[in-house]
Amino acid sequence: MELNDFRILITVVGFLCFVGICIWAWSKHAKSGFDEAAQLPFTDDDVPGSQQSRHSKEG
Amino acid sequence: MQSQATYNYKVVRQFAIMTVVWGIVGMLVGVIIAAQLVWPALNLSDVGEWFHFGRLRPLHTNAVIFAFGGCALFATSYFVVQRTCHTTLFAPKLAAFTFWGWQLIIVLAAITLPLGFTSGKEYAELEWPIDILIAVVWVSYAIVFFGTIAKRKVSHIYVANWFFGAFILTVALLHIVNSAAVPVSAWKAYSAYAGAQDAMIQWWYGHNAVGFFLTAGFLGIMYYFVPKQAERPVYSYRLSVVHFWALIFTYMWAGPHHLHYTALPDWTQSLGMIFSLILLAPSWGGMINGIMTLSGAWHKLRTDPILKFLIVSLSFYGMSTFEGPMMSIKTVNALSHYTDWTVGHVHSGALGWVAMISIGAVYYLLPRMYGKTEMYSTKLITAHFWIATIGIVLYIASMWIAGVMQGLMWRATNPDGTLTYSFIESVKASYPFWTIRLVGGILFLAGMFIMFYNMVKTISGEKAYEAPVLAPSAAHA
Repeated sequence: MELNDFRILITVVGFLCFVGICIWAWSKHAKSGFDEAAQLPFTDDDVPGSQQSRHSKEG
Repeated sequence: MQSQATYNYKVVRQFAIMTVVWGIVGMLVGVIIAAQLVWPALNLSDVGEWFHFGRLRPLHTNAVIFAFGGCALFATSYFVVQRTCHTTLFAPKLAAFTFWGWQLIIVLAAITLPLGFTSGKEYAELEWPIDILIAVVWVSYAIVFFGTIAKRKVSHIYVANWFFGAFILTVALLHIVNSAAVPVSAWKAYSAYAGAQDAMIQWWYGHNAVGFFLTAGFLGIMYYFVPKQAERPVYSYRLSVVHFWALIFTYMWAGPHHLHYTALPDWTQSLGMIFSLILLAPSWGGMINGIMTLSGAWHKLRTDPILKFLIVSLSFYGMSTFEGPMMSIKTVNALSHYTDWTVGHVHSGALGWVAMISIGAVYYLLPRMYGKTEMYSTKLITAHFWIATIGIVLYIASMWIAGVMQGLMWRATNPDGTLTYSFIESVKASYPFWTIRLVGGILFLAGMFIMFYNMVKTISGEKAYEAPVLAPSAAHA
């Protein structure tokens, strides 16, 4: 394969990769994982004092 | 709670405090060189060559980007990665090394640049012994960050960490490739590349320093601190994933727009322009995602100055990422290049986006490092916000006008083909705008002094807070 063909291939594969990521991101399959991940900043309250009491009650 | 382990807050605290300190130093040097343009005698030629514009300008850019911005990124990434992974830092001693190593690099830069030791590559001026130290510290940073991700107690890697991770990896790659050089003495080395290739590698580095250091890293800050301060999850997590990959795929190719109308092959220039135009989409996607996080809670903007900093920073991000692609169009660039328009564009991004989101994040972090939820004075944060905003507007507006004027004067020709204006006439015409710019810079610096006072009042006499590591709730384990 000529070097330029390789370059073209990389570009096309890169683009297809991105299209694939978009399809995956909009699939129903990914939704629940995204919703979970989006809550991560809120699963540990960094306000001192309040979080220990709340979490020790839960745990 | 079975373990009484506490998060590694010490290194976060150190970097957060140094963010404010280096912010003042870097912006002070900026104000000095802005004043030198108005009053050239301030270059202190009688004293020596150390304070000339050409010596101090790289000191300003290095101090604000790598000292101020760098410390903000270290502080926030170490904080966010621990809290969203529910674990302490991997290799905490190595994390401490990144702090002291980074401070040493900054001090070395502050000594060598005024002395005239420079490789002459913009934003990569430091000479080879310091470059090696940067590489060592940066690889240590990567080990600490990715090691922490690896030992996380939750299954997901929060999107902010994706942005921080991309920033750390890419900056390592950029720095090591662009700094490749052949040393000829203890403080002098020559680039491993030559001619147009050297220029292309330099601006591949230079533009991705913008794209990954000044954008991806600070987007990591946005994706954690905007939801936190607004107390609601990010507007669309799905969009954040696409935003991430679109940005990563595109930014790498935009560098050639720094070399329009040079010896760089024409097709490369056009390619750089096309990718710069495409960049508008992911940039605005991210901005919309950040701002819309506030949807349904807009009233918080009225009372919360930290949120003001964060959201206005996103507005400036949107403005400068619209302006950037426009300036990358070759015909527009023919007018804007080498003028103060570029300087205005950079500061719209640097002051409006990078500095304001860092300031907002540090105002969030500082009290929490001492077991509190609020800074000493919220009123002073509000004052800081307004003074900084007015400063930025003065800065950008004056540079826009000066830049377009310079571009028009330089290209004006008489009917016989001779130039209408000599270069010095455009310099003379720029003086009023350089004075306005100086005023804008002084205002922004004044805001940083207010922040420093507020910080000292918040932390003096307080004991450092050791936050317990919290077990993730069942749904996330």
